[in-house]
Formats: sequence, C-alpha cells, structure tokens
Amino acid sequence: MKNLLSLLIVFTLIPLAGLAQDGSVEKARGGKFALTNAKIYTVTNGVIENGTIIINNGVIEAVGANVNIPSDAEVFDYNGREIYPGMIDSGTQLGLNEIGSIDEAQDYREFGNVTPQMQALTAVNPNSVAIPVTRVSGVTTALTLPSGGVLPGTAATINLFGYTPDQMFAGSKGVVMNFPSSARRRRQTQQQAEEARKRALETINETWDRAELYAKVQDSPDARYYPEMEALAEVVNGEMLLYIEVDAAKDILSAIEWVEDRGYEKVVFMGVSEGWRVAEELAESGIPVIAGPVLSTPTRGSDNYDAAYANPGVMQKAGVKVALRSSDTENSRNLPYNAGFAAAYGMGREEALKAITINAAEIMGVGDQLGSIEVGKKANLFVATGDPFQTSTDIVDVFIDGYLIPMTSRQLRLYDEFLNRTPGVQKNAERTDG
Amino acid sequence: MKKFNLLIVLMLSAVTMLQAQVPKGDVLIKNGTVLTVTNGTLENTDILVRDGKIDRIGKNLRTPNGVEEIDATGLFVMPGIIDAHSHIAGSAINEGTSQVTSEVSMEDVVDPFDISIYRALAGGVTSIHLMHGSANVIGGQNETLKLRYGFTNPDDLRFEGAPRTIKFALGENPTRGGRRRGIQPQSRMGVEAMLRNSFNEALEYQKKWEAYRADNSRRKVAPEYSLRMETLVDILEGEVLVHCHSYRADEIYMLMKVFQDFGIEKLTFQHANEAYKVAPELAAFGAGASVFSDWWAYKLEVYYSTAYNAAILTNNGVTTSINSDSGELIRHLFHEAAKTQKYGDLTDDEALALITLNPAKQLGIDNRVGSIEEGKDADIAIFDSHPLDIYAIPLMTFVDGVKYFDKATDEKDQRLYIDPESSIEVVQIFDRETQHRCMEGADLVDFFELFNN
Repeated sequence: MKNLLSLLIVFTLIPLAGLAQDGSVEKARGGKFALTNAKIYTVTNGVIENGTIIINNGVIEAVGANVNIPSDAEVFDYNGREIYPGMIDSGTQLGLNEIGSIDEAQDYREFGNVTPQMQALTAVNPNSVAIPVTRVSGVTTALTLPSGGVLPGTAATINLFGYTPDQMFAGSKGVVMNFPSSARRRRQTQQQAEEARKRALETINETWDRAELYAKVQDSPDARYYPEMEALAEVVNGEMLLYIEVDAAKDILSAIEWVEDRGYEKVVFMGVSEGWRVAEELAESGIPVIAGPVLSTPTRGSDNYDAAYANPGVMQKAGVKVALRSSDTENSRNLPYNAGFAAAYGMGREEALKAITINAAEIMGVGDQLGSIEVGKKANLFVATGDPFQTSTDIVDVFIDGYLIPMTSRQLRLYDEFLNRTPGVQKNAERTDG
Repeated sequence: MKKFNLLIVLMLSAVTMLQAQVPKGDVLIKNGTVLTVTNGTLENTDILVRDGKIDRIGKNLRTPNGVEEIDATGLFVMPGIIDAHSHIAGSAINEGTSQVTSEVSMEDVVDPFDISIYRALAGGVTSIHLMHGSANVIGGQNETLKLRYGFTNPDDLRFEGAPRTIKFALGENPTRGGRRRGIQPQSRMGVEAMLRNSFNEALEYQKKWEAYRADNSRRKVAPEYSLRMETLVDILEGEVLVHCHSYRADEIYMLMKVFQDFGIEKLTFQHANEAYKVAPELAAFGAGASVFSDWWAYKLEVYYSTAYNAAILTNNGVTTSINSDSGELIRHLFHEAAKTQKYGDLTDDEALALITLNPAKQLGIDNRVGSIEEGKDADIAIFDSHPLDIYAIPLMTFVDGVKYFDKATDEKDQRLYIDPESSIEVVQIFDRETQHRCMEGADLVDFFELFNN
C-alpha cells in the first residue's frame, strides 16, 4: 500500500518535475492547487461532505462545496478522501535534539539557570531527519522547546518545512518557565525535592521582580542592557507568551496564584499532569493548557490506571481550553494517537481534534493563521484515507505553507530498500559454489 | 533429631505446595467476537473455561451449573497480551559487577507489589518476560511471569513450566561499561571475543565434569563447581533460550555466526532496531525478533531505524513480536501492534500475533498461551471494540480463567502495599527516560574508581 502510494506519487511527479531520474530527489513544490472531491474537516466551520480547497501563494484562497476551480490550478481529485488542518504538536524538541544519548547532537539546553534570552529558533536544524518522519504523518507544525533550569529560554512555533529557521518560523514565540515542582523527580528524596522547590521559587521571584523593574526603566538612556531582562520584560509588557511547565495539583494552584499576583496576561500552562484534580480552579483562572503526553502513567500510585488518558477530557469538560502535546521529538508523529486516547477516555473525537489544531493555534496566538481550514489561513493541511487518529489510516498528501511535501522520509526509504532486499541471503549465488 | 528435620522439610514443602496453588477459574464468555489469532475471527462465539483452561469454543454453549456467565455481545475477545520484554515487577534490573553474570536470576527479584502489574492488566496483558538489564554481554537469567496481581508471594506469579531464558547484550551498553571501567569489551570486536571466550570456557568446564563423571576411580576429585559455567553449558545444550539485546545489523549477524559455531539454536533478538537489514539471515537462522513499534533516535545505534521494522521482518518470515520495555507502553501494546498497519499494512491477524502468539513462541510457551484454542490456558482479554481500533478500551482481563481486571468494578487505589515511610501524596511526574530501565543500577560499581582510589 505504502509502496504503491509512493510509486503513485513518483509517477505523478515525473512529468511535472521532469527530473525524477535515478539519483534525483523528490522536492517540495508550491503552486496553485485545487484539492477537490474531498470530505473537508474545517474544524471551525463543520464538515464539508464533498468540497474543494484552492491553495494559492501559500494560503487557502477558497474552501467550500461549490468552489470554482481556476483554469490555471493543478487539480487533485481526492475521490472522497478526507482533508484536515495540519496537526500541531504543542510540545517537542524537534530540530533541537537529533540523537538522545549524544551531547553534541543536542541543542535544547544552555548553561545557566536563568537564560530566557536563549532562542530555540536559532538552534532549529531544518534538516533534522526527524522532521520529514514527522510531517508525513500529518503533523505540520510544532512548538519546539528549550529545557532545563528555571527559565531555559524562548520557545518557537515552527512549520515542518523550510530550509532556514526563518522559513520554518510560524509566528509565535514564548518564554519557558519551569514552575518549582513539589513532585519527585527520579532518584530524588522528598526532602531534596522540597529544598529544590524552595530554591527555585526564590530564584523565580527575585528574577521577575528585577524584570518588572527593568521593564519600567529599560527605555531610559541610562539603562544598561541585560539580555535576560530584555527577554523577560517582553512578558511583563504583555508582548510575549509565558509557557509555564507545572504538573502537580498543588503546584498548579500555586502557579495560578503566582500568575494572578504578577498580573501577566499571556500565560499558558504546560504538562498539567494533575490538571484533572484542580480542573475547576484552572477553568476559573482562564489560563489555557497544553497537556500531555496523554500516553503516560498516572502521577500517583493511588490514582486510577487511566488518570493520564482521562486528564485532557476532564479539564476540557470543566471549561479549560486544552491543547495536546506529544512531549516527544523523534516520535512527535504519535500526536494523533495521544489525541485518540484522550478522545476514547472522555474528550471525544471532535474536541480531541480541536486540541491538536485550532486550540493549539489560538493558545500560541496564531489562531488567525493556523489550526483550521478557512479562507486566508496558511495552507497547512493533509489528506487522509480516513480518521487520522486510527493507525489503519494512511496520510496521502501533506501541504505546508502551500507547498506540496514529498511523502517520503528516511524511514520510508529504508522500508522500500529492505522489504525485499537484493541480494537476499546469498550474494552472487550463481557464481559461487556452495 | 533426623526425624524432626524430616518433619520440618515435609512441612516446608507442604507450605510451598500450598503457595503454589494459584486459583484456576471457571467462566463462560458468551457471544463475543473471538479473535483467536490462530484460527481467524469467530463471530457470536462462546468460550467455556473450566479449571483455568479453555475447555470449549463454539456457539450456544450450555452454561454448566455454578459457572459464571459473562455476556460479551458486541465485545471483542482476544488472547491475553504477552510482553516479551519487560522490567516491571522487578526490584532490581542489573547485576553489573562482571561482563558475564549468567549465575544470577530475575527469579530472585520479583516484586509482586508493583502497581505497574495492575496497570498492565488494565491493558489486556497477562504475561511478561521479566528481563535482566543490558549492562553486560552475558547478563542474568530472566523470569516469565503471569500477572496474578494480588498474590504477594513472588512464586505465585511464576509462569510454571516456562522454559528458562537468559539475557545477552551487544553494542553500546556493554561497550560503554567496558570503556568506563577500562576493561573489555570497548568495541563490537571485544563483544564477540568475550562471547567466544565464555563459551569455550564453558566447553572446557563441561569436558572436565564429563571426565569426572566418567572416571570410575575412587580417588577422583570433583572439578570446581560454577553456577556461571553451569548456565552457559545449559545454553550450549539448548535448555536455556537466549534473548539478546541488540540494535545494529552487524552485531545481530555476528551473534548468529557465533551461535552457529557453537551449535546454539534458540535465539531471539531483543529491540533489534536494525533487524530489518538482515531479515533474510534471521529467517534462515530461525531466530526471532522482539522489537519496538517505533522507538528510535535515543542513541546512535538506533538512529538508522525504521518503524517498518516489524512489517519487514514479518514479510520475510521472521517470528516477530512487539514489546514494551516500559511500564507505560505495556499498558497499550494493542495500540503498539496496531501501528504496524500504518507502517507496513499488516493484516489484523498478523498485527495481533505480534503481541500474542509470536512472543509466546519466543518464550517457548506457545503450547500454553498466545491464542484462543481449546486446551490452552484461559489467559484472555476483552475489549469494547476491536483492539486494533484507536478508541478500543480494555474491559476485562483473565489469567487462568480468573478475572484480575474489570473496568466496571475498577476502584481507585489498587496498591497492595503502602510504604509507611513515604509521604501520603508522592507525586511522580511521567518522564519517558525513567521508562528505560535497561541500564538501571548498572553504574553502581565503577571498577575504575574502585581501583584508582
């Protein structure tokens, strides 16, 4: 099936690209495309049973049941297949982490405890092998996060196609903060955890006090330039998102209080493993959350075995705006399955789909550009043989920023090479004797 | 005095026998869609379980007196899932004091209190292969368990009659240990040398004992006894199944050549991310592969992986299973198996076999479990929809016909033991890293520091 599909794609590309000879590579290409005869899940405006999407100049120019196909558009007749907005993974280290155990292949952590000015976008490697692996599964956009310390840096939202970080940048950044955790990290005693929490809280409060002061004086001619403070002042001034990683129930409550005390506007909670315990309070605070991974174990031995599966649904039903993340890098492609489990354990399919499309886009402040199939939005979408949460579904085509993405990755190429390996057990069997 | 001793021995053995009496259930699972794995899908079919065994499979079976009936109308019934690579229910993982530790066994560190057992049951898992870690070239012996959660005697969780297995490890993990300690192996060459040396040593050991046994003289002196060597001899004699941690194609190929030279046949490669590259060789050897659905890139030796591994292996005729190696993944192995339909279009039966019949074969227990057949153990999982469907929810799990998980009556706190010294609310945030227990405890003894301080 996969073979057939990639063959089909190669076949259709040959006359168009005119260069698909041995040794050549498939390239992405832009253009004016008409995607027709498809079931379109717009996410924000219901489902169009049999509709057409016109893509031009990287954006969605038209969408609907009765759309005129321009004569100069290249037509894709999808024959009843389903089109969805590109999935958004609201928490990964895509581009920043190539090989887990090798320090030299990791760029998500900088020296120091307070380094909010460190830019994840700078270190995004557009040629990471994990990027094509991810996007052929329909994940077109990812929030890529620095980590470690109290304020590890500034995260960036990227589209998973482009040859420079700027070509990939999807228009949203945010300072990341690890809220002091009362939870136990591995190989840590309760007492060590408590001490670490206190120290971190002191650091955070001192740092933000200074940032608030800095925000007041930064424009005066005598002000010295502090890169850390410069980054934090943007949050203080309400110009920049603040992503707060917080998990344990009592820490979530403390974080709500902290945010309200400080009066910061653009705040998002991430992780929120125990959000279900304080869902009402979260809803009341109005702070949106990025939850996940859904496929994780309960935080306490006494919890129901399915607490983590059910967490997003509980929060969503309480009125919290929920996006989901895989919290993975090389397997960000499992985002739709995280959503599938959230759907099965209480969230429902429609809300789970929103959690990895429009909610994610709105939470990151790019809801006017991404997250749904609407006129004027970026043409980030994918075509599937069915429900993308199902493992039996194949992703047929992916468009990112209006580019038709080659449906290949190193993992697919290895499949093609090794499914029927040549030679098999014997090399030159006919020329050697026994 | 002697009589008294004998009495104690008898009493002790009676106690042991009592403890070994784990319950066997009787139940009639009525009118379900039965995914037999070996005999296709049977619609509207009943399964009668008597004394822990599948007694009959058929339509409209009569419910014997006193046998509980479960209405499975609209539900899906499959063989209990088997995880061929697990470290849950283990209170220790690595004996890292030597590169060869075939004398130790996971049998001695089974932890029946681990809450992960219940969570695995809630994912339809009935058996696990509790494995030693991968810090050393020849690790410890593993233990095959049935997830009889609630029994506190570790012996009650043993899969009685399962063959002995042992863990080997190639590649980065043992060479990392070698480099850190300044000993062999520090390369894949050293790993091979260590394997060959060990088996040659075992052959000599075997020869000495054979000579001793054949010697009729009265003054013969027994050679030194070594449990380490005894185990290696048992491997050479085919009594112990080898499960080898491995990733790269070259090291997989190397071990097959070593085993060929020593006449060892029973071999399953664990993880084996690059097994797809030597699938024809694996098939020719008759070796199995127990792989992840999609894990890769967490170290150099898994950088050139493909999620199509299981499909390539299956299509090349290699007995393949999908395992968890994780207390998280083990809870949704049915979903991990389902990914082979995305990555390689395996059929439903092929996908289900990856987590039932095939791991059973690799553990040498396929005569007992791994499919729904008359005469096999009643290790069964019931789902609300097809287990390969993303929205499927496991509802009940039976081991030996006894129900150990039932979603309808699931209560919140399923712990068997609460540490009196721990605080009431220990919160542990999920961290994918902690799922990798293969190297846990391996760094406790650092030879370099030991000899240089």
